[in-house]
Amino acid sequence: MATKKFMYLNRRSSFGTVYAIESLEVVLIAAAFEQDVSLAFMDDGVYQIVEGQSSDGIGMKNFSKTFHALGDYDINKLYVSKESLEERGLTESDLMPLVYEDEDDDWAEKPSIKIVTNDELTAIMSEQDICLSF
Amino acid sequence: MLHTVNKSSFERNSLQTCLNTIDDSSVILFIEDGVINAANNTKSSMIADLATQGRVFALQGDVEARGISSKLADNIKLVDYAGFVDLVVKHGTAVSWV
Repeated sequence: MATKKFMYLNRRSSFGTVYAIESLEVVLIAAAFEQDVSLAFMDDGVYQIVEGQSSDGIGMKNFSKTFHALGDYDINKLYVSKESLEERGLTESDLMPLVYEDEDDDWAEKPSIKIVTNDELTAIMSEQDICLSF
Repeated sequence: MLHTVNKSSFERNSLQTCLNTIDDSSVILFIEDGVINAANNTKSSMIADLATQGRVFALQGDVEARGISSKLADNIKLVDYAGFVDLVVKHGTAVSWV
């Protein structure tokens, strides 16, 4: 099967709607088909990967931990909107330290998250075959 | 009156409409994604005055779920579900801005 470039645009926070968890499900499916997957987090979607989420008090599954598994599925291109972070008073240090092991570099652990401007995101999106919005 | 807001102001204008119509004795409780309005961000000025008056509450479980406990704006009061009930009892008619 030919490999295509898939980008998943995540624009909603984790628990208020099902968009976030549904997106993560579909991302993992695409990874199983060994496609070239990248994720973008913009608008309130940046809250999906904020460190220290604890959903015990609302009786919902804390699926934020699943993001740590993405590296093992060769999903290591997580682009986060700089503008969306700034608007929300967040910085990169507020995000989960998501990493992957680079097989081309003696399995060195490297960060999966990259903070990008809207202009950079525009360029990345234009390289994709398919963009799915959640 | 008690006004509950369950949407982020980055996503919907529910809070703004609530603020446009709220009277001087009413309080606001942020629940679900509404707690994003309780975080210290570029929208915080919307509720700063009301918060100073002690009239802005946020549901603790929803705050913790979103990982923003350490990022709350000034003077936001956290309540648990029992506190939510107390607010309903104390303030009578509740308006839910969805």
